[in-house]
Amino acid sequence: MIAEDLHTQTLTQLAQGLEQGDFTSVELTQALLERIERLGGDLNAFITVTADRALAAAERSDAARAEGEIGVPGIGVPGIGVLNGLPLVHKDIFCTRGVLTTCGSRMLENFVSPYDASVVERLSAAGAVMLGKTNMDEFAMGSSNETSYFGPVRNPWNLECSPGGSSGGSSASVAARLTPAATGTDTGGSIRQPAALTGTTGLKPTYGRVSRYGMIAFASSLDQAGVITRSAEDAALLLGVMAGFDERDSTSIDQPVPDYVAGLGDSLKGLRVGIVRQHFDAGLDDACGAAVREALAVLESQGATLTEVDLPNLDLSVPTYYVVAPAECSSNLSRFDGVRFGRRAEDPEDLLDLYCRSRGEGFGAEVKRRIMTGTYVLSAGYYDAYYLKAQQVRHLIADDFRQAFADVDVIAGPTAPTPAFKLGDKIDDPITMYLNDIYTIGANLAGLPGISVPCGFADELPVGLHLVGPHFGEEQILRASHQYQLQTDWHTRCPEAFA
Amino acid sequence: MSLDKDQVQHIAMLARLKVADEEFADTVDKLSRIVDFVDQLSQADTENVVPMAHPLDAVQRLRKDAVTESNQRGDIQKNAPAISDGLYLVPKVIE
Amino acid sequence: MTAAWEVVIGLEIHTQLATDSKIFSGASTAYGAEPNTQACLVDLGYPGVLPVLNEEVVRMACKFGLAVNATVAPRSVFARKNYFYPDLPKGYQISQYELPIVEHGEMFITAEDGSEKRIGITRAHLEEDAGKSIHEGLDRQSGIDLNRAGTPLLEIVSEPDLRSAKEAVAYMRKIHTIVRYLGISDGNMQEGSFRCDANVSIRPRGQEELGTRSELKNLNSFRFIEKAINFEIERQIEVLEDGGKVVQETRLYDSDRDETRSMRSKEEANDYRYFPDPDLLPVEIGEDYIEQVRATLPELPDAKRQRFVDDYGIKSDDAAILTMNRALADYFESVVAAANAQPQDAANWVIGDLSGALNKDGIEISDSRISAEHLAGLINRIHDNTISGKIAKEVFEAMWGGEGSADDVIETRGLRQITDTSAIEAIVDKVIADNPGQAAEYRAGKDKLIGFFVGQVMKESGGKANPGQVNAILRTKLGSS
Repeated sequence: MIAEDLHTQTLTQLAQGLEQGDFTSVELTQALLERIERLGGDLNAFITVTADRALAAAERSDAARAEGEIGVPGIGVPGIGVLNGLPLVHKDIFCTRGVLTTCGSRMLENFVSPYDASVVERLSAAGAVMLGKTNMDEFAMGSSNETSYFGPVRNPWNLECSPGGSSGGSSASVAARLTPAATGTDTGGSIRQPAALTGTTGLKPTYGRVSRYGMIAFASSLDQAGVITRSAEDAALLLGVMAGFDERDSTSIDQPVPDYVAGLGDSLKGLRVGIVRQHFDAGLDDACGAAVREALAVLESQGATLTEVDLPNLDLSVPTYYVVAPAECSSNLSRFDGVRFGRRAEDPEDLLDLYCRSRGEGFGAEVKRRIMTGTYVLSAGYYDAYYLKAQQVRHLIADDFRQAFADVDVIAGPTAPTPAFKLGDKIDDPITMYLNDIYTIGANLAGLPGISVPCGFADELPVGLHLVGPHFGEEQILRASHQYQLQTDWHTRCPEAFA
Repeated sequence: MSLDKDQVQHIAMLARLKVADEEFADTVDKLSRIVDFVDQLSQADTENVVPMAHPLDAVQRLRKDAVTESNQRGDIQKNAPAISDGLYLVPKVIE
Repeated sequence: MTAAWEVVIGLEIHTQLATDSKIFSGASTAYGAEPNTQACLVDLGYPGVLPVLNEEVVRMACKFGLAVNATVAPRSVFARKNYFYPDLPKGYQISQYELPIVEHGEMFITAEDGSEKRIGITRAHLEEDAGKSIHEGLDRQSGIDLNRAGTPLLEIVSEPDLRSAKEAVAYMRKIHTIVRYLGISDGNMQEGSFRCDANVSIRPRGQEELGTRSELKNLNSFRFIEKAINFEIERQIEVLEDGGKVVQETRLYDSDRDETRSMRSKEEANDYRYFPDPDLLPVEIGEDYIEQVRATLPELPDAKRQRFVDDYGIKSDDAAILTMNRALADYFESVVAAANAQPQDAANWVIGDLSGALNKDGIEISDSRISAEHLAGLINRIHDNTISGKIAKEVFEAMWGGEGSADDVIETRGLRQITDTSAIEAIVDKVIADNPGQAAEYRAGKDKLIGFFVGQVMKESGGKANPGQVNAILRTKLGSS
């Protein structure tokens, strides 16, 4: 009886069920592993399923709960964590000790991490049970999950469509109810865009809020770990565990972590919501636009006030991003040289051949393009015109947001310009693909928290509402999302084939 | 085309990437389109704007000078493609 | 070098900082471990790992900056220098580029003509060291040991103010002295803790514009630096005088052949693509911090040298030698404090016999087999006439050999000087009686024979008779009869 509907429950509901003894973590884990086995194949959402480890971890969780050890969750602290026995999946960008960690690349096809990422460590310490590692665009470079060496992930709402990217395996697996929650990373929209395209809730925290240690770097000044869940409430629960200072990450910020769940209940009365006019200009799909406008009306009906805000340099955010991100990635990915780990070309003639072939064979086309773009914009003679210029424009964009947040608490708009697109539609045109992230990239450039919540459908495909907050404004975007989700049921919709 | 074949060849060499012959023309084409696209930045007026390298205005934190790592060579080198007596092997380095 | 050409040299000195752990990781910096046993995930550039800066490294750089009268930057930035090399795990070196931690310093050296000369220090920046390639015993392959990767380095860049190989060496020695005084580096050149690259060019004397320079890499002994630079100067003169052009290039000094040769492998268009490291934030150093560090600075060699001259009245050259090494200077001061004798005597012993013995055994002053107190004891025994200067050499040897304090040696070996006048008179009487012929000749006016008699008396006394007393008593006895 229980096993049949466990997959439909949110993390928060499952936590209650475990607490009340309605079912065990082993039962829950088995149920989800069975779904992954049965339904996961078509989606290609997983690179690795860690069934044995998951069951072992679930058994430990059940035992801990049976012994009734109550303690404050934390690394090395005994007792039951807030996530005790709750299953989730990790994007394959997070290093997991003793488990294959591929980053969606042929380069790391056989790479077994000798250590756990901070995010993995914290979630495990809180009792979470890892079911597996999700598919992703190679090194998180892509917006459709088609750049993965392990093949594209399919959207549970329409298997011919992309689930978005780069955290496409995470979004698809949550949307298909193969897991209640997944971790993801967001460099230009890689959590929020796939969440929008799959009807899930995707949170990218403030830069520095969650440790980047053990998260394979794409663009260090933009990357941030977050979650894809079925509700804002679940995202708040997970963020509370993941967030916080980590002495191993110099860019992690030493600021207290609020109780994100506790703040969700407050009403939206007086919440000042900023609307960016350019977000509704040409380029936004009509049906998407309509869904987002309707969502804004709901927020207004809940007591929020809507104001127009101006982000004059927003048009330049995509070109800025496509200088900064490739520049950083070109350097970050230099460590993959076939010497200490990763793919190594066979029978290299000499050192140069070892490098060029190992990297040439190990990286896919999009990753190579970005490395080359980055190499170009940093190279002698072009640095000022591209890299330095982009860093200056980045400053202008960040200032635009700062000014806007003087007048509003949250900026709202669409997450993506269109609903999920067909696999193969955009992959040959990098620029069209890049423009998918036009609404999300600004938050990364400025280091702001952002969330996408389901707000309707266009052509039977989900649409996302995007909320951005000021630095460390996770509480207000989570609260707005939660209050919105109390009023609407878009986030509860499930693709039929996966109900 | 904003980039020519020689430039792309040079970039690929700097980045130590072998681009297969059959991919080369497409690479030149796509990179050129990307460069054309980011060229929009030149329109922005950035006089006296300080370049922004970090999204947060924070400063570097310092750690205590303490040895916290122990030898884990065996575990770590399981990922190494070619080792001998604990050394990572590469084709002979000529100085 | 020649009347026609002026030599222009600038040095880039790489000093390993004497921290326990690496600049960006908690791995040990200890030298000589088994390959790759001190290379942790951060040092290896493993996917996902991140650097965190060692506070001691900042303090040490700050100390150096203050010691050379430089500006310690209120804000400095780490940048990535991108290039591929097997000993560079991440494919980039974390260094400082546009905003180094130390700028605009200076240092004074004694030029060849004995005058004092100012050498500008352009900058000193922090960076991580690379690993090592090993070629021995491997067929067509190289082995990479990354234990050294991530060891903190302070790269000290001079202005092109040096005008000869000798000046370059004098400057490098001075920096070597300073970093060891500050305790920020062990300065061990054999282990590569202190090495330099030299930028060398020549120009016709009187010409303002600098000539094309070559960069000599990895010079790791004072002797090689001088030889390499001199070879390079000769080579460039030859090229230019033959109507050729000096090519800007990197050259490696081959000590076996005493020549420099072009490193073509490094020549292919370097484009390091420096940019600020996004994994590290700007380092900010406040005035308070700088003042705290300043308060911990030791007395530096120039000041110490002056004080030795002023307070102890020792020769300036001796003071210079003693203060080249802080431990040696400290040793000298301990000797002076424990001895009742003139500081110059202490200086003579430390610079002479003691340094000689240290050199001969190839050990550092810190490992001296004779403590400062024991050396002072020896000097005291000379001063109070317990032993003669000559016997003192024997006592010194015995002390060096581990026979204990001067008093122990004097006692055990029975070396106490004979100062008892009657005892000396008895020996003198015997010697005069045994040599009546010489005595007669002396009395007849052959004064030089006094030396013969002193020698005989000393021999008879086993070297222990006080030479002054022997002389006086001999003259009296030979003259009086």
